[in-house]
Amino acid sequence: MTFARTLAALAASVGFAGAAFADINVGVTLSATGPAASLGIPEKNTFEMLPKTIGGEKINWIILDDASDTTKAVTNTRKLIAEDKVDVVVGSTITPNSLAMIDVVSDAETPMLSMAASARIVDPANPKTKWVFKTPQNDALMADAIAVHMKANGVKTLGYIGFADAYGDGWLTEIKRSAQTAGIKVVAEEKYNRNDASVTGQVLKLVSANPDAILIGAAGTPGATPQKELVARNYKGKIYQTHGVANPDFLRVVGKDGNGTLLPIGPMLVYEQLPDSNPIKKVAAEYITQYENKYGKGSRTTFGGHGYDTYLLLAQAIPEALKKAKPGTKEFRAALRDALERANVVGTHGVFVMGPQEHNGLDNRARVMIKIDNGQWMLAK
Amino acid sequence: MDLTIAALLTQDGITNGAIYALLALALVLVFAVTRVIWVPSGEFVAYGTLTLAGLQLGKPPGTVGLLAGMAVIAGLMEIYVCARRGEARRIPRQLLVWTGVPLAIAALVWWMAPSNAPLAMQVLLTLAAVTALGPLLYRIAYQPLAEASVLVLLIVSVAVHFALTGLGLWFFGAEGSRTPAFIGQMIAIGSFNVNLQSVLVVVTSLVLIAVLYLFFGRTLYGKALHATAVNRIGARLVGVSPSFAGVLTFALAAFLCAFCGVLIGPITTIYYDSGFLISLKGFVGAIIGGLVSYPAAAAGALLVGLLESFSSFWASAFKEVIVFTLIIPVLLWRSLTTHHHEEDE
Repeated sequence: MTFARTLAALAASVGFAGAAFADINVGVTLSATGPAASLGIPEKNTFEMLPKTIGGEKINWIILDDASDTTKAVTNTRKLIAEDKVDVVVGSTITPNSLAMIDVVSDAETPMLSMAASARIVDPANPKTKWVFKTPQNDALMADAIAVHMKANGVKTLGYIGFADAYGDGWLTEIKRSAQTAGIKVVAEEKYNRNDASVTGQVLKLVSANPDAILIGAAGTPGATPQKELVARNYKGKIYQTHGVANPDFLRVVGKDGNGTLLPIGPMLVYEQLPDSNPIKKVAAEYITQYENKYGKGSRTTFGGHGYDTYLLLAQAIPEALKKAKPGTKEFRAALRDALERANVVGTHGVFVMGPQEHNGLDNRARVMIKIDNGQWMLAK
Repeated sequence: MDLTIAALLTQDGITNGAIYALLALALVLVFAVTRVIWVPSGEFVAYGTLTLAGLQLGKPPGTVGLLAGMAVIAGLMEIYVCARRGEARRIPRQLLVWTGVPLAIAALVWWMAPSNAPLAMQVLLTLAAVTALGPLLYRIAYQPLAEASVLVLLIVSVAVHFALTGLGLWFFGAEGSRTPAFIGQMIAIGSFNVNLQSVLVVVTSLVLIAVLYLFFGRTLYGKALHATAVNRIGARLVGVSPSFAGVLTFALAAFLCAFCGVLIGPITTIYYDSGFLISLKGFVGAIIGGLVSYPAAAAGALLVGLLESFSSFWASAFKEVIVFTLIIPVLLWRSLTTHHHEEDE
């Protein structure tokens, strides 16, 4: 009996001590392995170099890998909320995972910051997205940039080749909509898989339709496969890629066949070429200098930038929430959510102006068109 | 579709088909001799390409570390086995074979990596490094349960596949690589252009198939393997060591896969996890040959390549569906035409 009482007292005191010295727990789940590893790894690198305090409070970054797998992402989220008692969830890297996590975080009333692109993650029509924010640009914003650039350069017909998955399909939908607005006709649609040994068949069909421009809807080095095949088949029109390919490995694999390729991108990638008046330049310079000092020159990717932007949002929101409640409580999480919804932050990708109906908050400042020129990203005119 | 497009698609299909054919041969070889369904064959293809790509960049590829690590493990296993059998005097010889030779290859690759050797030399180094992984893998993962059922060996294969994929991500990173073309030019035959790289792939595949044919028909080692494949117990009775047959088989199969990797590198981008899909297509080819017949497997693999190429033109969204659906009528046909016999286990 005495023993049981002692045990209970001990448990209570430990519990009390835990509450009194509560750090802020940030749970991160990202896709550091599996098909999205090339996106998840720079994000992981970014979280590993972030400061350990915000607003004088200690931050515990708890980083888990979801292996690009939806079930694993949900399990991680439940674990972070139930076992680690996190105050905010960051993740995941890709859209399917992020969409699946929405139910979990909204049930647990925990704010979530996604690093995936789809606009559906923060669709204001879904009441559960009240708790969800995201840092990457919507695909629609990027697709519009491509369509506007095409129209200005006299493109009338467009061919599309993209991944036979959610990324490729999503881009096809977006570019069809943007192209229609710009009066451009989509004359051919082809699909391929990222591991395909050959895309000759698809490319021959595209080239025989002879469009003024071709958009490749792919992410990472697999985007080079159709591009190299198009060059080998003497395609003379303009080639556009999506922002998914913007990493140094793509440049390495595509080599000289990439010259002249155009793509929309968050301005951080070419921050050196931005005018000094652009507020994003300073923020991007800070992040990229820090990242490249640690991981090597030229190692910057826009995906790491999405991760850093979640930190910048938290760095503004956490001190505000701390004024209202103690970390580890339901009130703190609610206050943090409210603070995120009022956030007005200059990030590495653009200027976030959040609002009740706007949980992404980026506008046209979050995109520039760039051109590949001899293995370099150059700001396109 | 006009004649030019059909010709280009055929060329593309035959090129890929030739690579699938080599893989199908490796799969049939391994299954016939050791009863292992060699799921990780694709990883050896990917390791081949990525090792060569690493050498191109002047960096010691991750395979060197893997080779050294596996050599040490195999050496320890040999010491344990010899000690248990009380054959301590065999230890030095076994250590030389299982640890010394692979470590020497690893050291050579590591030492040569930054020297920017000519392409042919880099190809040889790649082949040596990846081929050496084959016997080591057999020694570590399969030999201790060589007498287990086909199902157990398949499960081991799946486990090895996942382990090698994970290690591949760690060694080579998430992004893919390409290697430069051995021959860049196109030659004009009649009215259309033929890529010399494709010709090279087809010709080397044919040469390798011919060499394998001679090896099995004309050499003692080849005949020993053939005997083991036909009747394991009978071969043992006439003095063919099953573990030696297994080691030799895995060396040959690893060599074939590494060669595939070197051939496919200039044609497409290879990722740490690309191998699985490529080997699955080789597997479809091998299934057409019933996992026993080499010519039928090669023909099946060629069919897979052509089907893939043409279906990517007509219905790119359903390409994989079409290729893998092929296996259903083939299995149906095989189960109706071959009479079933119980496995001798």
